[in-house]
Amino acid sequence: MGFDQNFIYGCSAIGAGLALIAGVGPGVGQGIAAGHAASAVGRNPGAKGDITSTMLLGQAVAETTGLYGLLVAMLLMFVKPFQAV
Amino acid sequence: MGVGMLLSLDDFSADSFMVKGVFSFEIGGQTLWITTTHICLILVVLTLSIFSMFAKRSMLKAAEVPTGFQNFVEMGVDLLDGLVKSTMGKHAGAFRNYIGTIFIFILFSNLSGLLGLRPPTADYGVTFPLGVLTFTLITFNKFKYQHVSGVIKGLMSPWPFWIPINLIGDFAVPISLSLRLFANVLSGTVMMSLVYGLLSMIAYAWPGALHVYFDMFSGAIQTYVFCMLTMTYITDARTTDEG
Repeated sequence: MGFDQNFIYGCSAIGAGLALIAGVGPGVGQGIAAGHAASAVGRNPGAKGDITSTMLLGQAVAETTGLYGLLVAMLLMFVKPFQAV
Repeated sequence: MGVGMLLSLDDFSADSFMVKGVFSFEIGGQTLWITTTHICLILVVLTLSIFSMFAKRSMLKAAEVPTGFQNFVEMGVDLLDGLVKSTMGKHAGAFRNYIGTIFIFILFSNLSGLLGLRPPTADYGVTFPLGVLTFTLITFNKFKYQHVSGVIKGLMSPWPFWIPINLIGDFAVPISLSLRLFANVLSGTVMMSLVYGLLSMIAYAWPGALHVYFDMFSGAIQTYVFCMLTMTYITDARTTDEG
């Protein structure tokens, strides 16, 4: 169709920026997990090791959705799936 | 342009963190490429092989009171065994070797970014087979321990028309496992190449701190997470209603 290549690249860049809004959710989620882990250590300092490893595991899993956003952004920026043919 | 001096955009291109072909050859009309991923994989495997050869030699003449290298090897094996034992309980025996192997392999792959290599795990062609291996183990153990009736019952819970959703949930496991590892390592690689590419004028010494975070901390955490999730899924598949 009649779209200019540069217009497509510009829109891809905007889309990549919008995709990274996905980073907000994991940020909030990881913060909540870290906060609860901190209060758990405050209540039971003896279980610090277990709490830390559980927290890190949960945070790494929660991070996945943010990483999907990152992947979409990288695809838009560098693989350029919407090139005009 | 002031920014242009600091951010030397001219030197930078997206190629600096992409997988690059080193040389190509033809087999039956197909062009095959040996890429940076292959070379880094071979380097990692060689390092691990040499390490394990030395470990075997030091264990052959093992002393009652360990010293030096033997001490180090025993510590590592103890650590991995403890990790598997505490997660898998009575199923630990069968999976000690497998989990230990993929743990060391993924860890060394992630750490290879420290040497300026492109980590092999930043290539989806490496992490996806790892995810598929986990999926195969899960499915095999499910059929072996819960039998066909148990698997069908699991698919139909809570209601029979839930089958498609349960199937999607099963097939999402290897994809999310491999994408998580891939995206984490790739994001570190992209960050480091942005720092070295765009800030090359002032990139002295301080990127070391970023290497500690992206390569060592993030790499180790993702290795741990991959192995923990693999163990949890397999233990789940092996656990029947009778226990």
